[in-house]
Amino acid sequence: MPRIANLFFTCVVCVTAAMILIAAGQTALRDSTHTGSDESHTVRDASVHVAQSESSASENSAAKTFPIIVRKPIGPPRIELAGTDPQGRSASVACSTCHSVRKPNLENVSAATLDEFHQGMTFEHGKIACYACHNPSDADTLHLADGASVAYEDVMTLCSQCHSKQAESFAHGAHGGMNGHWDLNVGPQMKNNCIDCHDPHAPAYPKMIVGFKPKDRFNEPTDPAEH
Amino acid sequence: MTDKPSLPIVENFSRRAAVKGGFATLGAAAFVAAVSPLRQAASDKSAAEFMQQHYTELSPEQKADVIARLEAETKQNYGAEVTIGDDRPIPGTKFVYAINLSVCNGNGNCVEACHKENNHDRSTNQSYIRVLEMPMGTMDMEQGTTTYTGAVPKDGKFYLPVQCQQCDEPPCVDVCPVKATWKEEDGIVVVDYNWCIGCRYCEAACPYHARRFNWKKPEVPAEEVNPDQSYLSNRIRPVGVVEKCTYCLHRTRRGKLPACLEACPTGARVFGNILDKDSNLRWILENKRVYILKEELGTKPAFFYYFD
Repeated sequence: MPRIANLFFTCVVCVTAAMILIAAGQTALRDSTHTGSDESHTVRDASVHVAQSESSASENSAAKTFPIIVRKPIGPPRIELAGTDPQGRSASVACSTCHSVRKPNLENVSAATLDEFHQGMTFEHGKIACYACHNPSDADTLHLADGASVAYEDVMTLCSQCHSKQAESFAHGAHGGMNGHWDLNVGPQMKNNCIDCHDPHAPAYPKMIVGFKPKDRFNEPTDPAEH
Repeated sequence: MTDKPSLPIVENFSRRAAVKGGFATLGAAAFVAAVSPLRQAASDKSAAEFMQQHYTELSPEQKADVIARLEAETKQNYGAEVTIGDDRPIPGTKFVYAINLSVCNGNGNCVEACHKENNHDRSTNQSYIRVLEMPMGTMDMEQGTTTYTGAVPKDGKFYLPVQCQQCDEPPCVDVCPVKATWKEEDGIVVVDYNWCIGCRYCEAACPYHARRFNWKKPEVPAEEVNPDQSYLSNRIRPVGVVEKCTYCLHRTRRGKLPACLEACPTGARVFGNILDKDSNLRWILENKRVYILKEELGTKPAFFYYFD
């Protein structure tokens, strides 16, 4: 019996020794095959690191700060004409094309009361009149509460008159989407303006449809019978 | 007994020896079965990976070797040319996140952006962010549900995106038996995916369900692999390790905003350096109604929720 036990023990020892030897052999083999490609990578990485440290050093010394760029509307809106010319081309006209020859109705507060143009437009922006924001004396601009004219590009100045809380949050990065850099020493930051997200005539943020859902146990529909 | 005829071999072999021999055979078989995963491990892992040191103990040369090996492996396994950086914390920064719950409408674009940015497994739609639909008037996560669909926001609900809170007292770090996860100087809790043994203690310890386990080898088509990677961040993780949100450190440590923030169409997300007195975050903490999740646990999150 001790002979069988000895035999078994010797087997175990031999198997273990063989495993260690094979593992060590493979280590040496793989290391030697890897080194060739590794060297080229190392060299390239080193050069990248040098370049990065140089650029950051020059930025710090110059204390260069990138701007926060707020997107702006391209200008006064253009109105697409319904008809086309004989060649089938459509055209767009400036607001002032019509509004300079028409008398403004300062009382109008809704698209429903219009008998020509702008019909069917949704307007859900409190009880303000069209000419609370649009400039009756120059249709290609807007005007502030004090009557001062303001360009369409600077529409945020107009919005901020009433929505000062949002404007304050916006100024501190707490309202409105952005992208780019948090660290202005590295690069600029781009921000949306009011009308990128809010339709000025119906400013409530639109509903959205949920698309993407991870498939994990938390997102499996629960059995209503359990609750 | 001796005068009874019997086969010579059976006569020489006692019953006791037969039982012993049987058990010895069983024992040997059990041993072979027990060590067989080691043979499997040898084929799964390269020897260099098996011998790799903990990330914090690697010399710069070793790091370069490891990163070169990982880039080559990604090329081999996924067919994608990637660059894996070794982004270290920027001195004088502590990253903090804030989400405006008055504005978040639960559309889930952040979840998708995280999925793509961080090279998550495509078949499970994995992501570090989970958005809870919560009844108005409570911050109790238990009452939230993640299964909502359709048009959002719904009446009487608010939406609570939950991801890693980068706690200052992280329970997940405390429980790791091999120190494969730790908190860096800029506040980000990171994982060395090559040191993780996949015990999932951290996943159980996290009160925010912020950690994810790779049950299978992540599948990412070559053309969808995000090539801007970092060792501690979005490089494709091996199977059987735990992963987590790193505030996109491969972006944020290079000065850029996190992917989930850029994807947010409502502008609910704010990110910045809390040590900078003029930062957006400081203004929000001083001027808004700010909440933290599960404050009573004492985890001290670097993640804030605020209302207008």
